[in-house]
Amino acid sequence: MSADTLTTTDPSRLVAGAPSTSGSGVSTDLDLGLLRVATAGSVDDGKSTLIGRLLLDSKAIFEDQLEAVEATSKAKGHDHTDLALLTDGLRSEREQGITIDVAYRYFATPRRKFILADTPGHAQYTRNMVTGASTADLGLVLVDARHGLTEQSRRHTVLLSLLQVPHITLVVNKMDLVDYDEAVYTQIRDDFLTFAEQLEVPAVATFPISALAGDNVVATSDAMPWYTGTSLLEHLETAENADLFESKGARFPVQYVIRPQQGEHRDYRGYAGRVEAGTFTVGQEVVVLPSGVRTSIAGIDTLDATHDQALTGQSVTLRLADEVDVSRGDLIADAEHAPEVTREVTATICWMTTGALHSRQKLLLKHTTRTVKAVVDGLGARLDVNTLERDGEASELGLNEVGTVSLRLSQPLAVDAYATHRATGSFILIDPATGNTVGAGMISSTHGVEYTI
Amino acid sequence: MPTAAPQAALTHLDVLESESIHIIREVAAEFERPVLMFSGGKDSIVMLRLAERAFAPAKIPFGLLQVDTGFDFPEVLATRDRWVERLGIDLHVASVDQAIADGIVIDDGKTSRNRLQIGTLLHAIEERGYTAAFGGGRRDEEKARAKERIYSHRDDFGQWDPKNQRPELWSLYNGRIHEGEHMRVFPLSNWTELDIWQYIGREQLDIPEIYYSHQRRVFERDGMLLTASEHNPLRPGEVASERTVRFRTVGDLTLTGCVESTAGTVEEIIDEISIARLTERGATRGDDRFSEAAMEDRKKEGYF
Repeated sequence: MSADTLTTTDPSRLVAGAPSTSGSGVSTDLDLGLLRVATAGSVDDGKSTLIGRLLLDSKAIFEDQLEAVEATSKAKGHDHTDLALLTDGLRSEREQGITIDVAYRYFATPRRKFILADTPGHAQYTRNMVTGASTADLGLVLVDARHGLTEQSRRHTVLLSLLQVPHITLVVNKMDLVDYDEAVYTQIRDDFLTFAEQLEVPAVATFPISALAGDNVVATSDAMPWYTGTSLLEHLETAENADLFESKGARFPVQYVIRPQQGEHRDYRGYAGRVEAGTFTVGQEVVVLPSGVRTSIAGIDTLDATHDQALTGQSVTLRLADEVDVSRGDLIADAEHAPEVTREVTATICWMTTGALHSRQKLLLKHTTRTVKAVVDGLGARLDVNTLERDGEASELGLNEVGTVSLRLSQPLAVDAYATHRATGSFILIDPATGNTVGAGMISSTHGVEYTI
Repeated sequence: MPTAAPQAALTHLDVLESESIHIIREVAAEFERPVLMFSGGKDSIVMLRLAERAFAPAKIPFGLLQVDTGFDFPEVLATRDRWVERLGIDLHVASVDQAIADGIVIDDGKTSRNRLQIGTLLHAIEERGYTAAFGGGRRDEEKARAKERIYSHRDDFGQWDPKNQRPELWSLYNGRIHEGEHMRVFPLSNWTELDIWQYIGREQLDIPEIYYSHQRRVFERDGMLLTASEHNPLRPGEVASERTVRFRTVGDLTLTGCVESTAGTVEEIIDEISIARLTERGATRGDDRFSEAAMEDRKKEGYF
């Protein structure tokens, strides 16, 4: 093996680092990394029960938490333990019995660690779904077997596909309430697959389960002998968390310039950041954007080692072969497959605040590590997330609405289409007066390209 | 510097480490005056190592702020001093005793030191002009923390408004604040207690020895084992005795309980917490027991 990467540094770290497998249930031998999952589905489809079961069966719920929830359930007069109380932790959520915002939950199996972005199913669905799905590797769409695909299931699937969540998984729950009938499942599965095909969703998997009875959740079930697939948990443990975006070319937004200016490092100049796509290798030819200056990678450093290569997801410091002017906000990219540099972008926006977005509005746009001023040049079609239809030209975009917007920028940005690069194809919009995040954007195309490398 | 050994993919600890470093660098780049809130506990120390990794070979470009309750464990203060010395980092200690003496917070004899930390901290942030304060809080610790963003906006009074949090999309953190406001930033949001211990093992971090099994004079109160000390007089019926214990969290020694344990190494601790049936806070934090929303109430006032 010639290429070496920086996931481990000096071997002594590994000795202490490999946690004992005896009794701990967590071993690095089988560590398939981290999988970020976003859940979807409406209020009564059994989402809490499913999550509760995954957490309970992976021992992520502790006795004191469970006792507190049992006590609160009892005090509220419920005849069952309300697992939603495990995470609806805020006073006002408990008072109203609703989930206010995205909640993050954690569980691990011996193979993998999971971060679950649990997005509430109520009225503010779009904004919350977009937030949860923006970082997800896998979207879990829960459907009640008795009701089949509802408008809500379709809407959530549309949003997951819009955010290009790499895997979408359909879970047909409450199979116990339809006598574990294969025909019911097959019908819902086929409806879903037809719908997903329309959306061009890349990786789809489907499961018949009962979260309440535990069928096919952690282990496959005898109740559905006709089902020959794996359990849901096994699917979650083995789904590839590789980037399924068609990323071409490595991307490294510069976060911070490292210049110790003292001791043995007096002349050190490194560019700190995270590899957002592709791989950087020492000697590789790169381009610094937006300036367009070409150079090559002279070194890849971390605290205690130097490396020949840095992989997607790694936070490292790059040194360049030539003295070039590079600062925060610049992008170091593969010279062969560089992004476009532009002052105009067209994007699909999800608007997240009560005041509407309108033409000529001035905002701040944060893209990778660069924040620029932006003005809305025009609004295009609004997407109906229920029917997938796009209307004509919108005059404004209201709270939770999704539409196409063209923006003109005060400074050039190095951008990719969201379909090819998640990190360099996305941005947020900030209201300069309040400082609030008011929109999420996915770049569809660029106009007025100043130059293409 | 050694060259790294080859490995095909990132483990979950690699991913968490990289995400935290990314957050720490964003804050250092975008805020005028960041500071790292440091308690001397295991999460604080993991934060220090991540900050060290984020800026190497340069020094960490911000200092530490510790709120000293006056009832801190001596072993914790000793570990703090070793880290400060090794990293050559600035440390500012905001003392609750001093804040009481200056009339910034009022000791009515009923309020815990933990609660008096809030006013002491807010005063230090305002007086020293910090615009961002890193904390080692994790979402798995407590239900109110589970709802907190990585960038947690605080108003001019240091208050947290859980109903009005900014959505966090992709890795694009919004650090805009107005005059007088500040941001609390939690780079360890996605870590769990087990991740922290695995990382301590992997990085061989120097942590206070009270995390490891040792003999201690303790007494039982409200189902917790508390340290017998002059700050914590025994009440009628309470008896102190020597036991074999360790701490899962560290804080004010009058409120932080220990657990009976013989785990003397990181590996033994990992085995122990992998099968633990109580959360670290549930097992050992008296301050979370005042009410069901004790942490949320304190956070709204400005607690970390």
